[in-house]
Amino acid sequence: MLNDEHVELRKSVEEFAREVVAPVIGDYYERCEFPYDVVRRMGAMGLFGLPVPEEYGGMGGDYFALCLALEELARVDSSVAITLEAAVSLGAMPILRYGTDEQKRRWLPGMAAGEILGAFGLTEPGGGSDVAGGMRTTAALDGGEWVINGSKAFITNSGTDITGVVAVAAITGRREDGRPEISTILVPSGTPGMTVSKKYSKVGWSASDTRELSFTDCRVPEENILGERGRGYAQFLQTLDEGRVAIAAVSVGLAQGCVDESLRYARERRAFGQEIGCYQAIQFKIVDMEARAHTARLAYYHAAERMVAGLPFKKEAAIAKLVASNAAMDNARDATQVFGGYGFMNEFPVGRFYRDAKILEIGEGTSEVQRMLIARELGLPT
Amino acid sequence: MNIVVCVKQVPDTATERKLRSEDKTLDRDAADGVVNELDEYAVEEALRLKEAHGGEVTVLSMGPAKATETIRKALAMGADKAVHLHDDALHGSDALGTSYAVSQALKKIGFDLVILGSESTDARTGMLAAMLAERLGAPQLTLASKVEIEGTAIRVERITDYGYDKVEASLPAVVSVVEKINEPRYPSFKGIMAAKKKPVETLGIADADIAADQVGLANSWSEVVDFAAAPPRAAGTVIKDEGDGGARAAEFLASKKFI
Repeated sequence: MLNDEHVELRKSVEEFAREVVAPVIGDYYERCEFPYDVVRRMGAMGLFGLPVPEEYGGMGGDYFALCLALEELARVDSSVAITLEAAVSLGAMPILRYGTDEQKRRWLPGMAAGEILGAFGLTEPGGGSDVAGGMRTTAALDGGEWVINGSKAFITNSGTDITGVVAVAAITGRREDGRPEISTILVPSGTPGMTVSKKYSKVGWSASDTRELSFTDCRVPEENILGERGRGYAQFLQTLDEGRVAIAAVSVGLAQGCVDESLRYARERRAFGQEIGCYQAIQFKIVDMEARAHTARLAYYHAAERMVAGLPFKKEAAIAKLVASNAAMDNARDATQVFGGYGFMNEFPVGRFYRDAKILEIGEGTSEVQRMLIARELGLPT
Repeated sequence: MNIVVCVKQVPDTATERKLRSEDKTLDRDAADGVVNELDEYAVEEALRLKEAHGGEVTVLSMGPAKATETIRKALAMGADKAVHLHDDALHGSDALGTSYAVSQALKKIGFDLVILGSESTDARTGMLAAMLAERLGAPQLTLASKVEIEGTAIRVERITDYGYDKVEASLPAVVSVVEKINEPRYPSFKGIMAAKKKPVETLGIADADIAADQVGLANSWSEVVDFAAAPPRAAGTVIKDEGDGGARAAEFLASKKFI
C-alpha cells in the first residue's frame, strides 16, 4: 500500500521520535510544558509542511504522508503528535484549501516550516457535537472590518509563543431559511480584542497547548475572511472529515506504542520464575492489542488512500476514527494491566498513553458522532 | 569546494550482532543495516560547509549491495551524488585494505575535503582517517568538534582528554568528526523524494584501480584467530546506605581506580 518514499519517511520519523522525542517528552509532560525545542526540530525536518505544496514552502507530499508521520510520533508521544495534527490539518489545510493566494503566501511558508502554528477556533463552550447549533460567536462588518464577539473552547495550539493565526468560525448573518450563516475569519495572534486564557489543566496531552479564547469587539480587515462568506459550515465539515483520518493515525500510533512497550516489558519482567511474556494471560492481551492496532491501521490507510485519490471518504474516515480511537483506549487499558503497578506511574510511557487515549474518542467528533455519520452513509432513516 | 563524505553501513547496535563462523567476519545479513552514527555527523558537517561555502557533497561508501540503503539516507539528508564502492573482492578487508581501497576511490573522485566519522560502531578501530590521510598525502585533522574553512585554510578544534587543541592545515585535507560537532538533520520528505533522482555511481575494484592482491580477507594484515560471545553481564555491586554509604561508595570507586 505504501510506496518507497512513504516507507522511508515513516522510518525517518520513527528515528526522530525515538531519538529526539522519547528521551525528553516525559519531563515536558510532567511539567505541562510546551516542547518548543522538539517542535522546532519537527519543523526543521519538514513535518509541518508535509501536505503543503513546494511553492508555499512545503514538502509537496500528501495527507497520507502526514498521517504516517503522525502515527510514528504518537507511538512515542501524543502531545507532539496532536500539536502537528492541529497545526497542519486544522491550521494550514483550511488556508491551503480556501485561502486567497495572498493569504497562502502570508501564512503557509511559516506554517510549513513549523515556525508559526495555526489554530482552528470552532468549538465553543456550549457547542461540542452540536457545533453549528451551539455557535454563539458573531462577526459583523463595520467600516471594512469584521468585528468579532464570542468565545471558543478547547482550541489546540492557540496560545503558544509561536501561534501566528487562529481561523475563527463565526455567525455572520441569517440565511433565508432562518439558519445561521457561518463564515471563517483569520485572526492574527495579538489582535486587540482577542484574549487567550491560561492553559487548561488536562487529563492527558499535557505537553500540548489548549486554550479558551474570547473575543470582545475584536476587529480584523474584511479581507481576512477565509473563502466565501457563508461557506464556513461546509469548510469545517470538510476539514473535520480530513482531520478524522489524521486522528485515526494518531490513535493507531498510540495503540502501537502500547504494543511496543508491552512487548519490551513482557520480555524483561519476571514473575513466578519466568518472563511474564511466557504466560498466556499476557500473550493473549498483547496479541489482541496487536490485532486492534493492525486493523485500525488498515482502516485509516484505506480512508487516507481514498482521500488522496479524490474519492468520497466520509464513511471510511468515520469508521477509521471510530475503530482506531477505540483500539487506542482498549490498548492503553490492556498495556497498563500488563505493566501492573508500574503502569500506574507517570514515569512510564504507558501511564502517559492511558491518560492520552480517552480524548481520542472525543476530539474531532465523538464516537457517537462517528456512528451517526456512518448510519447516515448507510442510508438509515433519520 | 568538492567535499567527499565517507559513510559506512553498520549493523544496528540495538540488535544482536554476530560474526560468521566460516570466515570470522561480521554477519552483515543477520542484523539491520544502519548508517554508522558518527558518519551522520560527518554528512551534516559536509552539508553545513557546502551551505556556507558552496560546492558539492559526494557520498562515498564501500560495502555490499545492501549499503545502497545507507547511501540513500545520506542523499536524502541533502548530499548531491554518491559513489558506491562495491566488489566481492573487497569482502573481509581489514583497516589497511579498506583505507587503500577507499583512498583509490577518493583519488578517482577527486576532493578538496574528505570528512568521516571518527570511528564505526562495528569494528571501532578509529584508524581510517589517519590511514586515508597518509595514503592520500593529505593532512589529517582528527576528532574534530568544530570545523572552519577560510580560503584554503582549514581550522578544527580537536577534542582531547583535557579540552581541545586548535589545529590548522591547508586543503586538501582529511577530517574525522566527533558527535559534539553538530546535530544531524533527519531526512525530510522532499529530501527523500529528491534522493531518488540523484546519481549513484557503482565502482568495482578495476574501475578504481584497486589491486586485487591488496584487499579482501586473504590479503588482510590482521587476522581474527578466535572469537566468543560476550559473557552475560554480571550483577552490579549494591551498596546499601547504613550511615556509611558515602564512604563505601568512595572505597568502591577507589578500588576500581576511578578516584
